[in-house]
Amino acid sequence: MRPVAVVSTAQRQEPELSGLTEVELMAPLIEKARSAVGLTQADIGFTCSGSSDFLAGQAFSFVMTLDAVGPVPPIAESHVEMDGAWALYEAWVKLQIGEIDTALVYSYGKSSPGSIRDVLATQLDPYYVAPLWPDSWALGALQARVLLEGGVVSERRMAEIAARSQSHAAGNANAVRAGTPTVDDLLDTAFVADPLRPHDCAATADGGVAVVLAADDRAGDLSDRPAWIRGIDHRIDAHHFGVRDLVAAPSAALAARHAGLGSDRVDIAELHSPFTTSEHLLTDALGLDEAAVTINPSGGALAGDTLMASGLMRIAEVADRISAGTADRGVAHASSGPWLQQNLVCVMGAD
Amino acid sequence: MAGQRCAVVGVGQTKYESTRGDVSMPGLVREAALRALADAEMEWADIDAVVIGKAPDFFEGVMMPELYLAEALGCVGKPILRVHTAGSVGGSTALVAASLVQAGVHGRVLTLGYEKQSESNAMWALSLPQPFQTSVNAGAGGYFSPIIRQYMTRSNAPDLIGCMVAFKDRRHALRNPYAHLHQTDLTFDQVVDSPMLWDPIRYSETCPSSDGACAMVLTDETAADRASKPVAWVHGTAMRSEANNFPGRDEVNPAASRQCAAEVFAQAGIRDPRNEIDVVEMYVPFSWYEPMWLESIGFCDEGEGWKLVEEGVTNFEGGDLPVNCSGGVLSSNPIGASGMIRFAEAALQVRGMAGDHQVDGVSKAFGHAYGGGAQYFAMWVLGTDKP
Amino acid sequence: MTGSEVPPIDLPDLDVSAIEAIEGVEPVRSVRTPIRLDYRYVPGRAAVTYLEAMAEKRILGQRDPDTGHVFVPPRGVNPASGRVLDEFVELPDRGHVGSFCITNVPIPGRDDLSLPYASCWIFLDGADIGFLGLVAGCDPDEVRLGMRVAAKWKPDDELTASAENIRWWEPTGEPDMPLDEIRGGRGA
Repeated sequence: MRPVAVVSTAQRQEPELSGLTEVELMAPLIEKARSAVGLTQADIGFTCSGSSDFLAGQAFSFVMTLDAVGPVPPIAESHVEMDGAWALYEAWVKLQIGEIDTALVYSYGKSSPGSIRDVLATQLDPYYVAPLWPDSWALGALQARVLLEGGVVSERRMAEIAARSQSHAAGNANAVRAGTPTVDDLLDTAFVADPLRPHDCAATADGGVAVVLAADDRAGDLSDRPAWIRGIDHRIDAHHFGVRDLVAAPSAALAARHAGLGSDRVDIAELHSPFTTSEHLLTDALGLDEAAVTINPSGGALAGDTLMASGLMRIAEVADRISAGTADRGVAHASSGPWLQQNLVCVMGAD
Repeated sequence: MAGQRCAVVGVGQTKYESTRGDVSMPGLVREAALRALADAEMEWADIDAVVIGKAPDFFEGVMMPELYLAEALGCVGKPILRVHTAGSVGGSTALVAASLVQAGVHGRVLTLGYEKQSESNAMWALSLPQPFQTSVNAGAGGYFSPIIRQYMTRSNAPDLIGCMVAFKDRRHALRNPYAHLHQTDLTFDQVVDSPMLWDPIRYSETCPSSDGACAMVLTDETAADRASKPVAWVHGTAMRSEANNFPGRDEVNPAASRQCAAEVFAQAGIRDPRNEIDVVEMYVPFSWYEPMWLESIGFCDEGEGWKLVEEGVTNFEGGDLPVNCSGGVLSSNPIGASGMIRFAEAALQVRGMAGDHQVDGVSKAFGHAYGGGAQYFAMWVLGTDKP
Repeated sequence: MTGSEVPPIDLPDLDVSAIEAIEGVEPVRSVRTPIRLDYRYVPGRAAVTYLEAMAEKRILGQRDPDTGHVFVPPRGVNPASGRVLDEFVELPDRGHVGSFCITNVPIPGRDDLSLPYASCWIFLDGADIGFLGLVAGCDPDEVRLGMRVAAKWKPDDELTASAENIRWWEPTGEPDMPLDEIRGGRGA
């Protein structure tokens, strides 16, 4: 495949961005990502974004946000109703065709206007499941129960994952949940959805992220140390609850294999895990050796989960570390749907 | 043409109706997908990836429904992308699918657009309260009507051109068994006399609200060469977007439309669209958009589009540039699929498989979709020969 | 062409038969599953300033210092360039009709409107983009391109930080704008 790299990123994440519209949130981030590599919109070959009308509570919500790009004169542009990681995938595909050399990808989400755990219930089977309004924590708890009873994880292991996330997040200005709790402290807290405690559930956030991609020599022109995409793939599992295996994440493992993870050593992994239990599953599905790989150096999605942007933020976090020289190889992961139904894996490196 | 060769080898459509109460959402998408696979002489296992598009999720009340439809679309263990670019989404979705093949990422892609508007209340979905601003336009007709008035003023078009388009498309629909509206006894006078909703737009000049799905199978050259039926080769693809409202914007003939058309014709090596394109499937949700897009796309000079309508150039019978032989959006409008239907009908024409609305001797066809405030555009050119 | 001439659908065979156990069971054609989700919308930085001024019967736009263009209502950026804007300018509450639509379709929640009514693209004096507004206070047939209009404000004791403060726009009686100065389309 044609070499494509992340050459610039900009992101912002807070517990609640109640004073800004999506346009006001994204315009400075898009400008920051472009200008950091000396580009204007006229230099961008293709633009792609990801967002959700159900988060915004408005049909066609992405249309107004397009103003943040400044699409005059007209631009080659598309939008996915998915996490921005899939928008990046679409842009990567366009770059493979070989007619353009640069792309802008952005995504954003504000879950604060609605009740996110109820909003997510509308993703479920509309005839049999959604009318029961199972909230997203309850679904996470169902899976956690299966994992605990099956001896796949322990509550202590879950708390260890949470503690690690929070301590890594202490160095991340965009994280919304950071600290240095002990595992015993965490295990002392009350359940929110038994067997899940607050620290087991990702900290919901508002935010956005913009990324510039460049291909071939253009990447080297724009960045001293581009974060090359060595492999990228995404897969989906079945949706219906009766056919899901809750102790595995088969589409994550499949995407990892197709992205070439496993043939490469990686230094860091950024995982979009909505729960501590899903982080455990993902570590296994991606075959990550925790002794050799730093998991979620930013704190990961557990430390701040901006729905529709979390996956692209994971890619940005890995790219930033590669470009800064603090990592040589890394893997970023994005997920969507209940119980990690859909997964994207992006393997990146300095070479 | 960009990248590796790509062809349409299968097309599947559902019957379009106001309410497809006989099928669930999965049943609806499966109906179109299975027909596309059958047309392509393929099985689910032959498909490498799925690209699905639809208009706002609020139309059915299901957030990101592709998750729920994974099994119905046969894509468990496969990649699936979900596109949403407003009304142009059906076209954009097909173009994303084509780009997977053109990029050499996949060899056989299923793409599908659908809408099941009867599952929810579309007027509700589009009229969610918009705090902080006053609501004065009452739907898409209220938005586009002032733009149409500008076109009429600018071009000095006779008042009844829109009615001619509407009557033509409804007559064309009688040739298309899948079309939603089959108004067998409709007369031109009835179109003219229908209630004025958003002056100058009459009721009979507007699109219906439909349930339906449309699917295509796109493949690389190797698979297309093996197909036993005729295929439609992709000669050009383009997407363009612009802001909704900015100083100096030409809303009647948006720059994004003109540039999108210029790009797709350049890729396809077409210098004289009027003579080189044999048939057009164009996104016309309000009748007046036919002459407006004819001008914008470059099938004629500015101010001349209405004359093509008046002269019958765009008629199936006797026209040398037939437009919307399927009946168009004016006869069937499952929003998320409407753009893809245009793209798929262009493919059927090139493949010689359009049945009673087949135009003789098609070698190149044009598919078109637009959306938002006439600010999102998707177009492709298909041909019988390899590009 | 008559109804009987509509061609039948020539469809490939589809196996859509139910599994044996439910063959003969009367199909369920629909289920009602109401959805209610509550959202707390935020107006955003630019709109808050705009709406607060509305409470004082003032109309604020935003000006791009690079291009000089004035945008009303303001949305925080120049939509053509994405440039972030922070300079506000006050605009008069009068302008002209750029284009219009006589509408016979009721607007949900606006029972106060009698049909038909005129929804118009209104360009305030000094603004570089238009917005949709309702023109009343005259027969809809009198609405025309270039007609001068001014805001009809709610009574002072009913003013809030809301765009609804302007009930509609009504003719001022000033001479129409010359054809070449009408905004909203070249030569329209």
